[in-house]
Amino acid sequence: MTVIHVATRKGLFRLARGSAGWGVAGRSFVGDSVTAVLHDPRDGALYAGLGLGHWGVKLQRSRDGGATWEAVTAPAFPRADDPAEETTADGKPWPWRVEQIWVLETGHASEPGVLWCGTVGGGLFRSADHGESWALVRGLWDHPSRRRWVGGGADQPAIHSICVHPEDGRDVVVGVSCGGAWRTVDGGETWAVASTGMRAEYMPEALKFDPVTQDPHRIAQCAARPDRLWCQHHNGVFVSDDRGASWRELTEVPPSVFGFAVASHPGDPDAAWLVPAVKDEERVPVGGAVVVTRTRDGGRSYEVAREGLPQANAYDLTLRHALDVDASGALLAFGSTTGGVWVSEDGGERWQGVDARLPPVYAVRVVS
Amino acid sequence: MPTVEFTRNLARHVACPSEAVEGDTVGAALEAYFARHPRVRPYVLDEQGRVRHHVTVFVDGAQLRERARLDEAVGEASVVSVMQALSGG
Repeated sequence: MTVIHVATRKGLFRLARGSAGWGVAGRSFVGDSVTAVLHDPRDGALYAGLGLGHWGVKLQRSRDGGATWEAVTAPAFPRADDPAEETTADGKPWPWRVEQIWVLETGHASEPGVLWCGTVGGGLFRSADHGESWALVRGLWDHPSRRRWVGGGADQPAIHSICVHPEDGRDVVVGVSCGGAWRTVDGGETWAVASTGMRAEYMPEALKFDPVTQDPHRIAQCAARPDRLWCQHHNGVFVSDDRGASWRELTEVPPSVFGFAVASHPGDPDAAWLVPAVKDEERVPVGGAVVVTRTRDGGRSYEVAREGLPQANAYDLTLRHALDVDASGALLAFGSTTGGVWVSEDGGERWQGVDARLPPVYAVRVVS
Repeated sequence: MPTVEFTRNLARHVACPSEAVEGDTVGAALEAYFARHPRVRPYVLDEQGRVRHHVTVFVDGAQLRERARLDEAVGEASVVSVMQALSGG
């Protein structure tokens, strides 16, 4: 059965299609902040990353689609010798503490227990046992350039995108706000920067093209051709044909090149979706109208979908994990900071709103 | 033996009954409690062993200022109270 998981500021909601369209069919953790959600297609498990405010970051797992949950170990940093001594590049304390579970991804199909987790706090973590235990990926953490990362949105640097190669689980690309993109081809032992070609408008001239100063908001890979990566960046949209070795900027994206979310068509490397907004200082839909922008030719041309989306007085911002597409490329869903959720069943041409007033949406996962 | 108790709000997330434990400092008493209830530890301390930013600890009604060493002495009849800080909202 197709389910859309919606992680929000105040709970995790499951949407299903009924006779009257898409609606809320289940809910978990009502009242708690659910910052990430993952469905593992290898064993059907569901994972929810929680931020409990006073009580810290937690991880929950469900084996029955969200009906019941069990606490598993949340990723955590090892003890630092003297964390007070360590600062980010802009002089802020780097506390060696997971402030938020920002993204969860499954490992390769041949590694059934492997999970990856990107966190606010800057740590990339890997579990080999379905989340029972986690290890900090030291290869990336100990990379000298990691000390040049800075916060983007959050005070601490944060890892938001984890693209595991569908044919080789050792080949992983991650995106960091702000620290560029990084790639390992040996399962995380060694990493090389993978954001050359991105442009950081907000940096002094000498650093605009420095790959480590980039703020990719979200990186998505095409499952069928994983060398093709899409990036919604802080000040533009970029595409790579060589798994991050080089990027080129797409400057003509309507109605705006600013946004957080991007989704790649799993089967068509030339197709991707974006949810644009007025840039940076405002972060609201252009003209108060919610739209989804789609390209089907690798960024040469675009279609702006409006049908079924609010076109006046709408101030819905879509965060980076709040847009998702299913394995067919036909079913999409996105949510907003105003609690709106919209679903398309025709590849993003026409949309229908879900009849619910949800808490602010952090993440959406479509599971067919 | 000192008693360790928790705000009832924490029981929503994890079982944390009040219990008398061995220990002559706040840290020792908490460690003795966590040895019995290991799931409670990450709710109170972060991974560096510090009291979480929005958690506050009282010993016999006096608020603890030191949040990392936890070496304040506790007596046989002391009550260590783990509460939510209002700073956390």
